[in-house]
Amino acid sequence: MTLLAQPSTSTPEASATKRRRWTKFVLPTYSWLVIAYLVFPIIVMIFYSFNKTIGSMQLVSFSWNGFTSQWYHQWSNVPGLTASFWLSIRLALVSTLIATVLGTMLAIALVRYRPPRFRGKGAFEQVIFLNIAAPEIVMGASLLGLFVTFNIGRGFLTLVLAHVMFSIAYVTVTVRARLAGFDTALEEAAYDLGATPAVTFTRVTLPLIMPGVLAGALMAFAISIDDFVTSNFLSGTSVPFPVWVYGATRVGIPPQVFVFGTAIFTVGIGFAILSIVLARKKA
Amino acid sequence: MEQLVPPDHPGGVAPRRKRRVGRALAPYLLSLPSGLWLLLLFLVPLLLMLSLSLKTCSPSTGACVMAWHWGEFSSEVSLYHQEFITSLYFAAAATIVDLIISFPIAYWIAFYGGRRKNFFLLMLLVPFFVSFVIRTIVWEFVLANNGVVLGALKHIHLLPQGFHILGTSYAVMAGLAYNYLPFTALPLYVALERIDRRVLEAAYDLYATKRVGFMKVIMPLTVPGIFAAFLLTFIPMFGDYVNQEILGGTSNTMIGTVIQNQFLVTLDYAGGASLSAILLVVALLGIFLYARLLGSRTIEQYL
Repeated sequence: MTLLAQPSTSTPEASATKRRRWTKFVLPTYSWLVIAYLVFPIIVMIFYSFNKTIGSMQLVSFSWNGFTSQWYHQWSNVPGLTASFWLSIRLALVSTLIATVLGTMLAIALVRYRPPRFRGKGAFEQVIFLNIAAPEIVMGASLLGLFVTFNIGRGFLTLVLAHVMFSIAYVTVTVRARLAGFDTALEEAAYDLGATPAVTFTRVTLPLIMPGVLAGALMAFAISIDDFVTSNFLSGTSVPFPVWVYGATRVGIPPQVFVFGTAIFTVGIGFAILSIVLARKKA
Repeated sequence: MEQLVPPDHPGGVAPRRKRRVGRALAPYLLSLPSGLWLLLLFLVPLLLMLSLSLKTCSPSTGACVMAWHWGEFSSEVSLYHQEFITSLYFAAAATIVDLIISFPIAYWIAFYGGRRKNFFLLMLLVPFFVSFVIRTIVWEFVLANNGVVLGALKHIHLLPQGFHILGTSYAVMAGLAYNYLPFTALPLYVALERIDRRVLEAAYDLYATKRVGFMKVIMPLTVPGIFAAFLLTFIPMFGDYVNQEILGGTSNTMIGTVIQNQFLVTLDYAGGASLSAILLVVALLGIFLYARLLGSRTIEQYL
């Protein structure tokens, strides 16, 4: 038996170690290299936020001029930049609020109701898909065409209209994914116990779908605060943060841009790590 | 059930009917606000843009008159076909680079990520925590002639002094590839993660080698994810102009740059609208092909 098995076991073993080397060494090394590639520019950004400037113009230069933490003390010294940052925050908050409410309502409608009771469900799904897949430059350009045609002045209002438009689909999709496993028996129980629809919604439905709604809201906030293409078409007099930074590339970038970038990155990554830790604790 | 319950008190009938009407309307009431928003600010503008592309606009006042000017399309195409080709080439090349870079890492996280899966996924998403425009500017610093990378490599004489990459097509493609990598990696990860491990085990039980298992089980099951990754990466890259404007030179203009200039600088709305319409048609071809092959709802799994 052992003699017969001998020749056949030697080859699989050899290939098994080869295989192990592949998954134990080559793939992880490669993956860590990709992660390094993804993280590297962020390190460069943080690095340059400590770079001294030369001359009277306070603009970042490609060359390294020495370490300074000056820009962190003077983070608000560029008036246009600070104003655009707060504008972006306000814009993201308002459009996230609206998009989350509307998107959640649409998600509930799409999960609960089917064609005989909800005609047009299919059309809604097509529009959501199209909205997610359509090139942003076309959406931005066509919105500009709309506002120009109807003589609507561009500013905060048009930005909110646009940001809600491209956030709704993402909120709907995110909330719907979480709603899929929803047990409607819980709502029926509430009705049987005499709860009104309003009470059932606020006391039973909403708490249950809250994680999905929050995830959708986070997504909407992230998309809104990072949006450049559409905002660039519609900003007019009120300039959001990415549009301001893009405009600054023509004349030179004040180092405070990298300070803001570093701050946004730190806050965002902090939240993400916190949520991972919390999820692990729960599990 | 309801018929068995007699309407004991007269007031009981009206509220119930009211509620029934409310229930019948519920799906429509819930979807109406989003529906109106998307209709008025997404679909109507797209149609308006198509009509705008057939109008002639006076360059001085910006007023547009419907002229059924179909020639606009052919003249714009003959003027800017090079920019379209450049965009197609850059977007296709950068998408393929992204697919090649991200497949192995997506595979590794999905199959060998273990308990640290979430951490690795966060690492894949890490570029998104820096604003898109800033990310692109930082690439300018990475690729700059005397910046941290090229400057250091030139200092130790690994690169000739005259070497430069900023302002070339390679810089644009590198920027595109970096900026959109998570859009490629995540759908691939989702597709690989969803593969039922028992199918793979069944293949091994039937004496499939690792290689055959990979080629005949894993790859076919990943194809929808590859399509989704391609769609979600290629279309935004195709219309992108930030990378080209910041990292590229004057000779490799992409179509997005032209559209943006026509709308915001030269105020040639008709020209910009017809170029956007062509861009939309190209994107729609991909979108419809995807919806036909895989169904429009499948895209949601990969977001």
